[in-house]
Amino acid sequence: AARGCGGLWRRAWQRGAGGPAPRGQRAVACNARGGAVPAGKSGLAPWVPVVGLEIHAQISSNSKLFSGSQVQFAAPPNSLVSFFDASLPGTLPVLNRRCVEAAVMTGLALNCIINKKSLFDRKHYFYADLPAGYQITQQRVPIAVNGSLSYSLCIDNKMSQMVTKTVRIKQIQLEQDSGKSLHDDTRSQTLVDLNRAGVGLMEVVMEPDMCCGEEAAAAVRELQLVLQTLGSSQAVMAEGQLRVDANVSVHRPGEPYGVRTEVKNINSIRFLAKAVDYEIQRQIEELENGGIILNETRAFDSKLGCTVPMRDKEGKQDYRFMPEPNLPPLILYDAKSLPANMNHQQVVNIDWIHERLPDLPSVKRAKLVEQYGILPEHSFALLNEDGLTEFFENVVKQTQMKPKKVVGWILNYLLSYLKQHSLTVKESPVSSFLLADLLNLLEKKEISSTAAKQVLAELWKGEGKTPLEIVREKKLELIQDEKELEQICQAVIDGQENE
Amino acid sequence: MRALRAGWWLRAGRPPLPVSPARVLLTAPVASYAQVPPRPAWQHGERRPPPQQKVTVEVLDHLERLALVDFRDAEGVERLQKAIQFADQLHEVNTDGVEPMDSVLEDRCLYLREDDVTEGNCTKELLKNAREKVEEYFVAPPGNIPLPKLEERETFLQGS
Repeated sequence: AARGCGGLWRRAWQRGAGGPAPRGQRAVACNARGGAVPAGKSGLAPWVPVVGLEIHAQISSNSKLFSGSQVQFAAPPNSLVSFFDASLPGTLPVLNRRCVEAAVMTGLALNCIINKKSLFDRKHYFYADLPAGYQITQQRVPIAVNGSLSYSLCIDNKMSQMVTKTVRIKQIQLEQDSGKSLHDDTRSQTLVDLNRAGVGLMEVVMEPDMCCGEEAAAAVRELQLVLQTLGSSQAVMAEGQLRVDANVSVHRPGEPYGVRTEVKNINSIRFLAKAVDYEIQRQIEELENGGIILNETRAFDSKLGCTVPMRDKEGKQDYRFMPEPNLPPLILYDAKSLPANMNHQQVVNIDWIHERLPDLPSVKRAKLVEQYGILPEHSFALLNEDGLTEFFENVVKQTQMKPKKVVGWILNYLLSYLKQHSLTVKESPVSSFLLADLLNLLEKKEISSTAAKQVLAELWKGEGKTPLEIVREKKLELIQDEKELEQICQAVIDGQENE
Repeated sequence: MRALRAGWWLRAGRPPLPVSPARVLLTAPVASYAQVPPRPAWQHGERRPPPQQKVTVEVLDHLERLALVDFRDAEGVERLQKAIQFADQLHEVNTDGVEPMDSVLEDRCLYLREDDVTEGNCTKELLKNAREKVEEYFVAPPGNIPLPKLEERETFLQGS
């Protein structure tokens, strides 16, 4: 486990879950298992948590992976379903070119090796939202393998020190999404909507290189930003475009990996961190108390903040993978292997896609630091909020204030206002133009910093007044006249003398 | 179960490799078959496939659970047994150094479709297939109802 995280778990374990526990209490718990631990000593070696992730990202495309029905979030039930999606006999899959390109883009952005020949397989299991009884996926040879993703973490809570970590990407594969089931427990039935059935997914499998909820959350956040920058997926977790399953286990240093559990039903990045941390804690406590960890699937209950075993578990699933007989291998080309006389539309050229990749978040951050002289932590915060970088650059263009100071105003004041009122940058009542105006007044020393904050609070009300109007109204101008200042100071001194 | 490993039915390599020519005729020779004969007309005489282990009850139960088939009676199990034996003949072909073939289409070009919306909007037609529907949703039983354990369900396998 990385330096920052391993230490955290050692300390947390010694303290016990939820807060400091008296040393004596800890010693009793250890003694109960037979290990002689003199009171006052912390005793045993720390646990090493291991976290791997399986992320499903819905591909941003007009139509589905193997059929021509539309991809859209909210639509009348079963209105975006073709005969193939409903698994009616006699229908065949036809691969969508855009989905292939999205997967290749993502693979290249994550430093993967793109397999020029990849294969499709069937994964069989029964469920009401999987009408065919199998899902077409890429189990044997996926489209991309062996990549990596770098992400940043704050070591402390103050965002003043950032550390960069890397997680290995095992593979990226193309697969079909299933439909949606709505469980009606009162009438003991399930309602099935196949609008989502057949939508293209990219499954990104991350190796178990992470060791806590915070790392997992940071890695997923970075992946989300990458996908959104590429446009291969909109990756909005709330709309189910990004789904994360976590594989968690713990072991003692030097020993082999422990039994892992799979945690599902995680609906946001915050919950991901909570779920992973809870599961690590649960496993540690279970093992400390002499129990064992079952290789099971657990669901995260966001209300209770804990993981519970999932029902519907029929022991280890046997998916009976078999090659998809209706799809020949997917062949991709590069500049060297480009066939001379093939229809342009039938060719996916990896090099062509590589040349057109946009700047990834990490590159954008470095450029901001270089161009504006801001700190890496600041550029991280700017890119973390949708539209904030653009806002910042617009303000910088319209003001004489140094970017370093501008960024402080944006991150410390504007952003906190937005967060307090749950608004996005686009919805901000204070436009970049207004903020630039205000900062110019401050820069020209026409108002003080305190006054500027007051003006910002007024601007926030969105009443359409300009900063200058508010300053005049509230008489916040700094007195520039030296003589007047002298008179005031003299009056104060005289007042003191009189007492 | 050796025969049930994934890919057992695709072990034949290309080009076709020589197989023992020794055929044992099982029925009276007929000049030409107008249709598929009701019983195998010949089989390997010399090298019989080694006697098969019986398919165990655990495997049969596993299959019933996985594929939701019902072997129903001893004849059904026997048919399965014979099918495995029949397919095992493939093992006699020497496939050393030959890449398994997935399908006869593997040299074909995988057609790539343009990302246009061309289908959908046929809710009414699709729902005609549904036995039960609620407001344009298909209705299904609540979640997967797992097959009861072998001891608890009525199946011919219990007796074996």
